[in-house]
Amino acid sequence: MTDSPEKPEKPQNPEKDGKDGQTGQPGQPEPDVIRAIPVRHYGRWVAAAVVIALLGLLVNAFASANVHYGAIPDYLFDSSVVSGLGKTVLISLLAMLLGLVLGIVLAVMRLSKNPVTSSVSWLYIWFFRGTPVYVQLLLWFNLALIFPEINLGPIYRDYMSSFMTPFMAALLGLGLNEAAYMSEIVRAGIQSVDEGQTEAAHALGMSQGRTLRRIVLPQAMRVIVPPTGNEFINMLKTSSLAASAAQYLELLRSTSDIGQTTGATVEMLFLAATWYLILTSVFSVGQFYLERYYARGSLRSLPLTPWQKIRTNLAGLGNRTKGGVSA
Amino acid sequence: MSAMVKAEGVHKSYGATQVLKGIDLEVAPREVFCLIGPSGSGKSTFLRCINHLEKINAGRLYVDGELVGYRQKGDRLYELKDSEVAQNRRDIGMVFQRFNLFPHMTALANVMEAPVQVKGETKAVARERALKLLDRVGLADKAGNYPSQLSGGQQQRVAIARALAMEPKLMLFDEPTSALDPELVGDVLDVMRGLAEDGMTMIVVTHEMGFAREVGDSVVFMDDGVVVESGAPRDVLTNPQHERTKSFLSKVL
Repeated sequence: MTDSPEKPEKPQNPEKDGKDGQTGQPGQPEPDVIRAIPVRHYGRWVAAAVVIALLGLLVNAFASANVHYGAIPDYLFDSSVVSGLGKTVLISLLAMLLGLVLGIVLAVMRLSKNPVTSSVSWLYIWFFRGTPVYVQLLLWFNLALIFPEINLGPIYRDYMSSFMTPFMAALLGLGLNEAAYMSEIVRAGIQSVDEGQTEAAHALGMSQGRTLRRIVLPQAMRVIVPPTGNEFINMLKTSSLAASAAQYLELLRSTSDIGQTTGATVEMLFLAATWYLILTSVFSVGQFYLERYYARGSLRSLPLTPWQKIRTNLAGLGNRTKGGVSA
Repeated sequence: MSAMVKAEGVHKSYGATQVLKGIDLEVAPREVFCLIGPSGSGKSTFLRCINHLEKINAGRLYVDGELVGYRQKGDRLYELKDSEVAQNRRDIGMVFQRFNLFPHMTALANVMEAPVQVKGETKAVARERALKLLDRVGLADKAGNYPSQLSGGQQQRVAIARALAMEPKLMLFDEPTSALDPELVGDVLDVMRGLAEDGMTMIVVTHEMGFAREVGDSVVFMDDGVVVESGAPRDVLTNPQHERTKSFLSKVL
């Protein structure tokens, strides 16, 4: 029934095709292009309507809720919020760096033929992966209770309470925990590289270390980067635990402090969520380019960057309207 | 003239499985030495023992008069350090059945890698020779391509250029054409023929009986971890003496 209005259009189509065919490929016999009536997916329309209705209810609920949305932009660039934001980014980057470096060391230890290094690595992963990161943060922060002094002989000596600042506790707690996860990711990456690669490198006279650095790790990166990006995005969010566990004044702490003094508790939580979303979005873009870099050689053509996509889409826009592929 | 490769009673086993059961043979300098035989006969394993990718369990293996993988003092054998093994491998080029090119590097970078990283050559010097070698294997125009953008035959020729870049005195070929489409085999064999004409010592594990007959100086037929028959190609391939050689050749020819 609903199809009937379309039927008068159909005779027009062959004419249009004829024109296109003449301008496009002269001399070539035009194939009889199929112009079938597509299957109607009524279920999709119903599902879309239901979902949109539910979304509308949700938006309505939040719009009429007792939230003073105006407070969010007011505090978006508040100096203490910006400082907390900076600390969140700083601690996440440093803890991730620590986790990555230590993770590579642990992965190499785990894969080594030396039973001692390999079991120590196993033990490390077992402990740091097997206990909550919150507990680990608390332990580092309270380390002064069991070791009042830190004494590394002639190198370093201080009271633990002045060494284990909130920053150090957060860095060690988050970084050492991350190392356990990173080492498993790195190990999986190294093991994903074909054995023939190592053999070929060895046959050329390359040493173990050089083979790892020049041949195996660059290829392992393709497997390592995506889960590492995941880990980093996790780290941005997990760093919020350092606020209550180690008194580290990062984003969540700075926003909730404002919330307590101004009474805009939920508004400030929304504000924090907004900033976390911005951070994770920005770093996701970085991850895309990193993955693209390490995909070189393994794909025949690299995936388009967003800019390239936009450009090709714009260039293709003219052709597409002419092509006239009606839905 | 001393042998380039000399094997004396070489044994190799993986656990309880004996793969090589006493191999004795000699390869002269400038000789093209073809190893043929059914799958699982141990010919690839033997080839991999020559550059110590596999450790032998018994016997002695010499390359250019030097013991492979060990140092002998009196009647004691000392295992070589990894760095010493690596040092010895510089002079032995190897070409694999599955090419094993480094996929994250262009063809040119593949060929330059070992001279720069292992020999410490400057990039300019390595690059110049790499380009010459790529030209020699007929791939001068593919220098900037990644392995995934090359056909199997092209990849294998890059792999040969990569091995030659170390200026080896011995080349090992492990079924270099077995993973290739039939029409690509010829290009790779042509390159190998050219190498043979230039006097390279080559040990070739192959199923290409035509190549063994035309280019080979000697042919060894291996089966079940032993050398069954050896000699000049026309003797072994056209007039085999052993029953096992005959039945193998009747299947592949």
